[in-house]
Amino acid sequence: MENTIKATNLPKMKKPQKGQEHTVQTSRTYYIVAVIVLVLIAILFTFPLYWIITGSFKTPQAVNARVPVWFPLETTSLHYQKLFERPAFMWLFNTVFICAAAMILTCITASMGGYALAKKRFAGRAVIFSLFVCAMALPKQVILIPLLKEMAFLNLHNTLWAVILPTVGWPFGVFLMKQFSENIPNELLEAARIDGAGEARTFLNIVFPMIKPGVGALAIFTFITAWNDYFLQLIMLNDTKVLTISLGIAKLQSELSTDYGLIMAGAALGSIPIIIIFLLFQKFFTRGITMGAVKG
Amino acid sequence: MQKTTSLSMKAERRRENIAGYIFMAPSLLFFIGFVIFPMGMCLFNSFFNYTMTEFTFIGLGNYVRAFQDSIFVQKALVNTIIIVLVSVPVVCFFSLWVASVIYKMRDFGTSFYRCIFYLPVVTGSVAVTVVWKWIFNNYTGVLNYLMKNLGLFLQNIGLVEKTMGTVLSGNWNWLGSPQTALGCIIMILLTTSVGQPIVLYVSALSNVDHSLIEAAEVDGATNLQVFWKIKWPQIMSTTLYILVITTINSFQCFALIQLLTSGGPVNSTQTIMYYIYYNAFKLQEYGYGSAMGIVLAIIIALFSALQFKLAKSDNG
Amino acid sequence: MKKLFALLLCLMMVLPMVAVAEENVAITLWTYPIGNWTNAETVDAIIAEFNKVHPNISVSVQYLDYTSGDDQVTTAIEAGTTPDIIMEGPERLVTNWGAAGKMLDISDLWTEEALADISATSEAVVAACKSPDGKFYEYPLCMTTHCMVIDRAAFEAAGALQYINEETRTWTTEGFVNALRALAGAGYFPTGIVYCGGQGGDQGTRALVNNLYSGKFTNAEHTAYTADSEENIKALQLLADLVNEGVLAADPSIVAGDEIALFCNGTAKMSFCWNASAAVSNKASLAEGIDPLPMAFPSDDGVPELCGGIWGFGIFDNGDEARANAAKEFIRFVCDDAAQGSKSVYATGFFPVRASLGDVYAGTEKAENAEFAVFMPYLGDYYNVTGGWAVQRTEWWNLLQRVFAGGDVATEVATYVTNANASIK
Repeated sequence: MENTIKATNLPKMKKPQKGQEHTVQTSRTYYIVAVIVLVLIAILFTFPLYWIITGSFKTPQAVNARVPVWFPLETTSLHYQKLFERPAFMWLFNTVFICAAAMILTCITASMGGYALAKKRFAGRAVIFSLFVCAMALPKQVILIPLLKEMAFLNLHNTLWAVILPTVGWPFGVFLMKQFSENIPNELLEAARIDGAGEARTFLNIVFPMIKPGVGALAIFTFITAWNDYFLQLIMLNDTKVLTISLGIAKLQSELSTDYGLIMAGAALGSIPIIIIFLLFQKFFTRGITMGAVKG
Repeated sequence: MQKTTSLSMKAERRRENIAGYIFMAPSLLFFIGFVIFPMGMCLFNSFFNYTMTEFTFIGLGNYVRAFQDSIFVQKALVNTIIIVLVSVPVVCFFSLWVASVIYKMRDFGTSFYRCIFYLPVVTGSVAVTVVWKWIFNNYTGVLNYLMKNLGLFLQNIGLVEKTMGTVLSGNWNWLGSPQTALGCIIMILLTTSVGQPIVLYVSALSNVDHSLIEAAEVDGATNLQVFWKIKWPQIMSTTLYILVITTINSFQCFALIQLLTSGGPVNSTQTIMYYIYYNAFKLQEYGYGSAMGIVLAIIIALFSALQFKLAKSDNG
Repeated sequence: MKKLFALLLCLMMVLPMVAVAEENVAITLWTYPIGNWTNAETVDAIIAEFNKVHPNISVSVQYLDYTSGDDQVTTAIEAGTTPDIIMEGPERLVTNWGAAGKMLDISDLWTEEALADISATSEAVVAACKSPDGKFYEYPLCMTTHCMVIDRAAFEAAGALQYINEETRTWTTEGFVNALRALAGAGYFPTGIVYCGGQGGDQGTRALVNNLYSGKFTNAEHTAYTADSEENIKALQLLADLVNEGVLAADPSIVAGDEIALFCNGTAKMSFCWNASAAVSNKASLAEGIDPLPMAFPSDDGVPELCGGIWGFGIFDNGDEARANAAKEFIRFVCDDAAQGSKSVYATGFFPVRASLGDVYAGTEKAENAEFAVFMPYLGDYYNVTGGWAVQRTEWWNLLQRVFAGGDVATEVATYVTNANASIK
């Protein structure tokens, strides 16, 4: 991908050809205007984050001031103290645990399932595949009422698994991995079979390395989905000890009086770690998202 | 000879079958257990008057009730469709425009902007929502402060009369006015929705076959022509994918409504998703909630089918 | 042989008893934010006291809030993971979950002594804790009257003190209107904010509307909502007019908690959601120069009728007798124990339902709570036990939103009454 961007950069350096000065001129003006607009919109997009971070350090007076305090010169850790009177780190840990467990389980089950759908001619394959495709368009929130009952029956309500299991069951992963597995050359599988490799070894040594980029994409996808799946968490988790950070923030908001300083501290705790991860692994994120889409 | 081949073929087929099922088993287990089964139960429940204390069969009663429920039809359904019809095209056009500007930048520029627009996605929907709630707050929010100053500024330069609309007086209640609440929610939804499409468009635009563009430029095609004739068809599949995911996401917008307005004021931000939640979990009308869920599922299925059909006719 | 048999028999009879006595029981308690019962330190201390007497019963606590608490209980009921004890008012315990058959009849907690003691405070409390078919689903701990509060300093500056009676803490509807005009005229805006963004603190807006022209919220039998009465329509119209006049604010984007915060930081000059507990918990956040003066709601005849709040305990029917008995022990200890009873009430910041406890605040740092005793005579009908309460609450704030958005009061009220009454089963 890096290469393609560089390649597209090249022609721009070329001198404009005859008869094109005018277009180049207008396109240059357009480009400058566009970049200015872009910068303004970029400010709009980063402002909430800025406001979360600065807000979490503002004194209560500054938080409630009618004239906004753009930058807190006088800072306080009061809101964080209040936040950590609650099991906020526990919430963060719960969230990470849910995301990681859902991610790992999804990657394992989906890569196996996707491979089977793509390469194994077993009976009922077409039916199963179409079921997966149909289910993808369903809004998963509508199944929450029976799902809640089911989790209660399995004694899982109010545990992190009540959120993890439905996330793993979501059909997108299998669909994505099927698309990736389609690209594995049949000859390769055939060759492995002739060499006497068993199914498990073929999968681990040949298939898995070939769909690895896809697995990476799926991992990122699942992680972000699980992180943002507020509704599922809201229904399944009640106990203060099993709350996720999203629920924790929402709970801070619904307490007797709205304390924006405290809420911002919660929001900062919930977002900063994942933003840092995102910035560090930006390349993987973008590659993952792109690949997921191209195949999906 | 013939016999052995068919025998080995049979054995072969059995082996394939067994292997297939074994590989399928884990994902099928989760899929059937936590998606298909509850979905079936949801359909089943939708035919019952199912509350905390009751469980009686009423046939299509819940569906009839849904379509006679003026809040469901006139508010929830209409608002949901407004959200989808506004946000889907805006997300597509906006992200395509941003991508078209940034994909030509140097490496750093591209990834910088890509990052910025992706920030609200990783920040998390709840964190983004609560900070916007504060920004929109009519007493301590930034927006009203800015509006007030904008109003004063416009007055000073004589652009507006002194008796201005309330919006520029700095006293507008953004989330508390039926006129603006839905707009605010759509705006926040947009900021959390464009991140992924921009990433996708940047990569799609970078992958457009460059020789074609050069050839067209030599022939004297304008930028706009190059875009519509050469780039647009090549990024069509990306566009479709973006359309589908944005549609599904917009239909399911929930956290924003629950945390910002609870469907108010005067039901002006009521959506199907929130109304289902309200009926099922606030009023314990499980059967009725399930029925509305089925209706929503059908609507989304229709939208998706429409988009896939468009995709097919375009590719064919 | 016979002896041995008898011994065995004896053992068999005794052993289970010993086992029961020794058996450890774990129970759960969910509390809504009732005064300091939302504070882990306070509640843990109470549990520690309890464990000195009952070391074999361990109590784990879960703190709910008013926004998502009901959802949590609902999902817990659906999932079969309800707590053993829940602490809230009769409108939930009796009317909602009790009527749905999810609660245990705890008549045995209501001893004759308790019944007499609580009746001495108010018969209404006893009636509220009882279901129509005579089962007790709640054992009450404390009660209060919900009032409002004004910033005395601002009233003084605006020359509006003349409209209130500082001694009886009452004012007339006319005085209220004049005071609003005086405040707005002096540049104080928003004067008061009629919040209607959700159900939080709706007892304030209900009392405001009902009192202005002495309307009733329900009929005397608690079988129908009567917001469409002439008095209530007149009152809603007056509020809408005051908002249009620009001397009162209405805000469909906030609930009582936000409104209280706005009062405390000096934005608004009165709050419609106040009581003894709110006075204590918001003391620290009051901005400088604000002098809170609790007031009754204004009424045309100057005789207010305030909403009461009753809080206590109920037990969910979890089908486990050992846990139910342990839960009862806990409730007995918290409410009836000679030493603990007044401490438990003290933690709520409200007033005891047991007349025998007297003034639990005398000589403590919450001594000023006694100030709120002045409102007790104004305690009105406890109509919160009317059926369809949960639906009514949503309909109520939606009604206010529609009225303040310019809807015709008579029409909107009719919609409200139709929907709310339809939900009474």
